[in-house]
Amino acid sequence: MKGIIDSFVPLGRGGTILFVMALLSGCSHSLPGFMNPQGPIAEAQKHHFWFVVFVTLIVVLPVIIQTPIILWRYRYRGNAVYRPHWAMSRWLDIAMWGVPFVVVIVLAVVLWRETHQLDPYRPLDSDKQPLQVQVVGFDWKWLFIYPEQGIASMGQLVLPVDRPIAFQLTSATVLQSFFIPALGSQIDVMNRMVTKLHLQADNTGRFQGKNMQYNGSGFHRQRFMTQVVDDAQFDDFVAHARRDGYRLDRQRFNQLNEKSDATDFAGMLGIENYQHGDLMAFSPIPSRLFDAIAHHAPIDWTSLTTSPPQNRKIMDERMPPSNATPAPPDAEENTHDEADDNGGEKAT
Amino acid sequence: MSDIWNFVFGRLGWDALPFWEAVRDPTTFNIINGIIAGGAAGMVVLGVLGAVILVTWLGKWKYLWSEWLTSPDHKKIGIMFIVIAMVMLSRAIIEAAFMRAQQAVGLDGGFLSPEHFGEFFTTHGTIMIFFMAMPFLTGIINYVMPLQIGARDLSFPVMNQISLGLTAAGAAIVMISLVLAPFSTGGWSGYPPYTELSYSPDAGVDYWIWAVTLSTLSSTLTGINFAVTIYKKRAPGMKLFRMPLFTWTALSTAILMIFGMPPLTVATALLALDRYLDFHMFTSDLGGNMMNYINLFWAFGHPEVYILILTPFGIYSEVFSTFSGKRLYGYTLLVIATICIAFLSFTVWLHHFFTMGQSAAINAVFGIATMLIGIPTGVKVYDWMLTMYRGRVRLSAPMIYAVGFIMLFVIGGLTGIILATPSVDYQVHNSLFLIAHFHNMLIPGTLFGMLAATNFWFPKAFGFRLEKRWGRRAAYCWVIGFMLAFFPLYALGVLGMPRRSLTFFEPAYLPWTIAAGCGAIVILFAMLFLLIQLWVSVRDRHHNNVFVGDPWDGRSLEWATSSPPPEYNFPVIPEVFSRDAFMAEKEQGKAYQIPDEFPDIEMPANSAMGVIIAVTGTAMAFGLTWYMWWLVILAAMVTLVAIIARGYVRKTTRTIPCDEVRRTHLAWIECVRRTTPVDRSKEQTRENRGLPVPPVEGAVQ
Ligand code: HEM
Ligand SMILES: [Cu+2]
Ligand SMILES: [Cu+2]
Repeated sequence: MKGIIDSFVPLGRGGTILFVMALLSGCSHSLPGFMNPQGPIAEAQKHHFWFVVFVTLIVVLPVIIQTPIILWRYRYRGNAVYRPHWAMSRWLDIAMWGVPFVVVIVLAVVLWRETHQLDPYRPLDSDKQPLQVQVVGFDWKWLFIYPEQGIASMGQLVLPVDRPIAFQLTSATVLQSFFIPALGSQIDVMNRMVTKLHLQADNTGRFQGKNMQYNGSGFHRQRFMTQVVDDAQFDDFVAHARRDGYRLDRQRFNQLNEKSDATDFAGMLGIENYQHGDLMAFSPIPSRLFDAIAHHAPIDWTSLTTSPPQNRKIMDERMPPSNATPAPPDAEENTHDEADDNGGEKAT
Repeated sequence: MSDIWNFVFGRLGWDALPFWEAVRDPTTFNIINGIIAGGAAGMVVLGVLGAVILVTWLGKWKYLWSEWLTSPDHKKIGIMFIVIAMVMLSRAIIEAAFMRAQQAVGLDGGFLSPEHFGEFFTTHGTIMIFFMAMPFLTGIINYVMPLQIGARDLSFPVMNQISLGLTAAGAAIVMISLVLAPFSTGGWSGYPPYTELSYSPDAGVDYWIWAVTLSTLSSTLTGINFAVTIYKKRAPGMKLFRMPLFTWTALSTAILMIFGMPPLTVATALLALDRYLDFHMFTSDLGGNMMNYINLFWAFGHPEVYILILTPFGIYSEVFSTFSGKRLYGYTLLVIATICIAFLSFTVWLHHFFTMGQSAAINAVFGIATMLIGIPTGVKVYDWMLTMYRGRVRLSAPMIYAVGFIMLFVIGGLTGIILATPSVDYQVHNSLFLIAHFHNMLIPGTLFGMLAATNFWFPKAFGFRLEKRWGRRAAYCWVIGFMLAFFPLYALGVLGMPRRSLTFFEPAYLPWTIAAGCGAIVILFAMLFLLIQLWVSVRDRHHNNVFVGDPWDGRSLEWATSSPPPEYNFPVIPEVFSRDAFMAEKEQGKAYQIPDEFPDIEMPANSAMGVIIAVTGTAMAFGLTWYMWWLVILAAMVTLVAIIARGYVRKTTRTIPCDEVRRTHLAWIECVRRTTPVDRSKEQTRENRGLPVPPVEGAVQ
């Protein structure tokens, strides 16, 4: 109920003519979405959004304001001048083409800059090393792999605050789109292809994450909770996962491929009373699991037993995290991924 | 036994009945969904039965066959296209209302099953685009364009019948899918790999593939027909730059159809190869790549949105200048803007998938190209405002749609610019913001345009005006209903609600979905008012008769003939000396002349090709969907034989003797003489018999 009321709060504020604008610009803390940004990307997107709106209004407002005036002034029986053959004015034409042209140039310059600035493939500027997270979309749940930590999670994506996150994403099934509105961009997730995304959270908290691309009857249930925590809590999370995580063996992996949502999957793991946003942690997990899924390569199940969970100690060990992420392209890999590996070119 | 069954019915079984699930597993939830689906199926069956009984009871089969179904007359074909569009519009709006109702109660629940909801948005989108908007605008161009250029028919009348037949077949397939379910749940865009056999094994996607394929074939043929007609059949003196703006947009639309439709035909055909013959065009394995489909789809999809909008631009241009009693402002630049838009529309398709992971530079280039289209489009809006400026504006129903259009359309333009900005699109893509944006273009743009056109040209086609009060009520309801139903979706999109969501879990969404639901109710009222308007108009048709043919003080040639026009449109092909040809005639007092000589007129003869193609097209698509191979082969053979047989038909034309032409024309002129001209203040009264007083005096009150 509180949520309902909150979402009405902005209605009262601001005397803007366009009620939509008033609604969107108010920022009440429970509002989901990028109007209540929790990271630098979403923040920049919010500003760019309003910039575009205000600049474009230069050409839109005259229409909305003047049309009723013209209608009234030149109404039938209105006795205003009547020039049935007047159909051309050089000055008006110049203004009509010129003003929108200038507006588009302004928008285009900013667009060019911002599109590069906010490119999801561009690593974020930060003095901290980015945390690598690999995301796999299943029907209708997400698996989050933390390759450096050798753990994985579902239902909850746990992220450290103020540290850039470098996502790599692929789909084990059909096209999906991975999205945490409060943090920033969405990106498509495709089978046999790897896309990338860079985000960062400025505040701790819980933020909804979703799939934006319809993929069947469980689509609306394919959500997760993004849990942004401080570094210590993140270390706790990793330690907890290593200690109590579910083993991601072949049988469980096959269950992942079945059509079910996170709650159903929790049921298969034997968790009772699973609530949306609860954490399921996995450890050990097969090594190079993400690459195997992305390239349709066989999964190395032996690694579950041969290599111990991870001999690196809990993450922040001042050792340079491997930023050249894995996978020597195997023979049958398609060109798409090769392009992907050399960094500049991207998934198209 | 079961072998025979399988041979005859393919994979069609009892479970195709829409209420099967409810019978098999009667939970409340299944029963509700069974009732909705069963009710829809019942309506289809009853509708068809009712129509058959009605025609039999009235004894009109022969009339229907010889005057309509086999008629090559572009006017009748146009009307039949529009009838299809109206029927499909009703269905798609009801589906939309169900979706809005579901989301209005969709916090953590709702009453529709996920499969049902998936079929709803897929059929709604597919119908609205391919079987509402396309037939509607095809019908309007079919009817009006030959009259405007002073022609007697399209260049290829039989091909026109075939286009109609193909569209009818596609529409029939979508309707049949209500009775023998399911339909696809892959959305109107049908992206693989979701629509591949491995993820969607049932018949739904096949229904969708064949319905869309039939429709795109139809539109390609239509495009060729329109373009050739405009190039070749203009009346003497009708230079390109004397064509009415509507004809210009018809030409641009036709060219877009010719180049824009085939990519989709190819895409669905390749998808069919994947599904039927185990090709791997768009699968995830064995070298397939779904991104090729997405590119092909939008290589069609973006030109398509301009097909949907350019024709209305033409309609609005006619409406603004006619009801402002004034020449269209900036004709030449409007034509140039139209051509720019048509050309640029092939260069921006990538903006539909900024999020697919291509480089920032590519995204930025396509984003800027998209904004460039905004310029000529914006200029058009200003041109229309300046057309009203210094005019004498009469706020009739078409004008309400037109004014509503320009004010709402610019808002859609603004949100379009937002979506064209890749960095922001990363936030609002695939959300309800996108849904709001394109409905903001398609409803005030396309749909209002079509409704304005029906109000505007209805008296031309049927000889009586549509009733004005219900017309205005419907128009106001549409405008208000639209705003109420779709502005909330902008907010929902910004709050991050995905499109195609059955259910949501954020309480913050609820007030907005409820508001949108109320909007849907207002829209249902608008539909109801349209029906009432039609009913009242037919009832009062004698009082509102405008046989003389020019109820709005029109400007182009279609108003220079009787309402309804004779089959051959003009007894003698008119000669054109300027733009706004008929207005010029009226201004010089040269309208309504009796030619010195009447020629014999040769018109295309009736042909059953359209009906045959409609039947075989439906049968083939149905057979393919359910794997009834005998039906497919049979239908293919009949088609082939019919096409070959058509080649042997000798008597393809029919001559109308000059005496009959003279008699008809003299009777009309006689009627013109007996009619009292009215000025524009009486436009909406019963005194308006279709003869305006000479323009300048008439418009100055
Ligand atoms: C008349 C009132 C209309 C209403 C109330 C309405 C409502 C809706 C709704 C609720 C959706 C689903 C949104 C979602 O994905 O969550 C939708 C989708 C859609 N509508 Fe409409 N609509 C209307 C008219 C139109 C018109 C006139 C057109 C086209 C000419 C159209 C084309 C579409 C398309 C293409 C989709 C997307 C389907 C998909 O997701 O694949 N609609 N509409
Ligand atoms: Cu890709
Ligand atoms: Cu587009």
